[in-house]
Amino acid sequence: MARAAVSGGLRVRRAWRPAVLVERRAETPSASTLVFDVPGWPGHVAGQHLDVRLTSPDGYQAARSYSLAAPADGERIEITVQAVPDGEVSSFLVGDAAAGDSVEVRGPVGGWFVWRPEDSGPVLLVAGGSGVVPLMAMIRSRDGTDRAPFRLIYSVRAPGDRIYDHELQRRASEDGGLDVSVVYTRTAPEGEPRPTGRISIDDLVSYGWPAELEPTCYVCGPTGFVETVANLLIFLGHDPSKIRTERFGPSGP
Amino acid sequence: MDVQTEAGYDGNALAGPLSEVFAVEVTTAVGRCRGCGTSSQLATLRVYGLEPGMVGRCPGCEEVLVRISRTPDDLWLDLGGMSALRIQMSNSSAEETGQ
Repeated sequence: MARAAVSGGLRVRRAWRPAVLVERRAETPSASTLVFDVPGWPGHVAGQHLDVRLTSPDGYQAARSYSLAAPADGERIEITVQAVPDGEVSSFLVGDAAAGDSVEVRGPVGGWFVWRPEDSGPVLLVAGGSGVVPLMAMIRSRDGTDRAPFRLIYSVRAPGDRIYDHELQRRASEDGGLDVSVVYTRTAPEGEPRPTGRISIDDLVSYGWPAELEPTCYVCGPTGFVETVANLLIFLGHDPSKIRTERFGPSGP
Repeated sequence: MDVQTEAGYDGNALAGPLSEVFAVEVTTAVGRCRGCGTSSQLATLRVYGLEPGMVGRCPGCEEVLVRISRTPDDLWLDLGGMSALRIQMSNSSAEETGQ
């Protein structure tokens, strides 16, 4: 049932189960992708997340939610974790975790912030910092589909903060149905024409879809970023029911 | 920490804890606020706190709609801020039950 159960990820009651880290690779100085083997993983839909739980030797437990970064490969899954200051789970996952380490996971969970390949309409993805992770799962899930047109607007502080940079550039150059635009809030690369600054209505007009095309909009990032973008999209005439949001924290990525 | 004034998370974060209780994906269900009458998918609630204690507030009026607290043996679920919870049973995910 392992592979056939991809969409069944929305239905089964969840409990914590063991996961073994098989690989960790750095994406940026402060973000890493972790690949886990999870026996019995039922498959998942792009945009879903899981909860990771760590238990210390004295029994203390801490759990955090992380978006799945890619389609499942059998029982092998991956997440991308941004280290947050004093993050008791993220600092372990980005810093100390080594291949062979065991954690517990609960998931996949979530059914609202998801994109399915059979949804063929245009899609606007707007990411703030590591909010790009579930959106990358959606982009990676386009492979082998009839390819709904995607546009990604990715807001980062500086060029070195871009997660998945090379893969996004490669995918955008190979795939006429995927546009990727990066917005820099603090430091821009040499020759970048757009002045640095927070994402604006001009960015959404220039790099997004017109509201008349009725795209489904997925916005993920820190709370303030998500609120700003969602309000701008509504101001531009997007149907609030087509705007899906996921907030992962009160301050910047 | 300004979590008192700004929700750290949203209702997507309720999916994990609630997945241990409900047989359906419940963050897509629509709750009606007893205070202001706003109907919201649980995924859109403003959520404060992490397990073992989470509070979900109405995006319309900030009334508390959901409280989850976890003890070693029990999960307490307080839905008292909602006058109704509508769970769609005929969508595509419901058809996937058998898998």
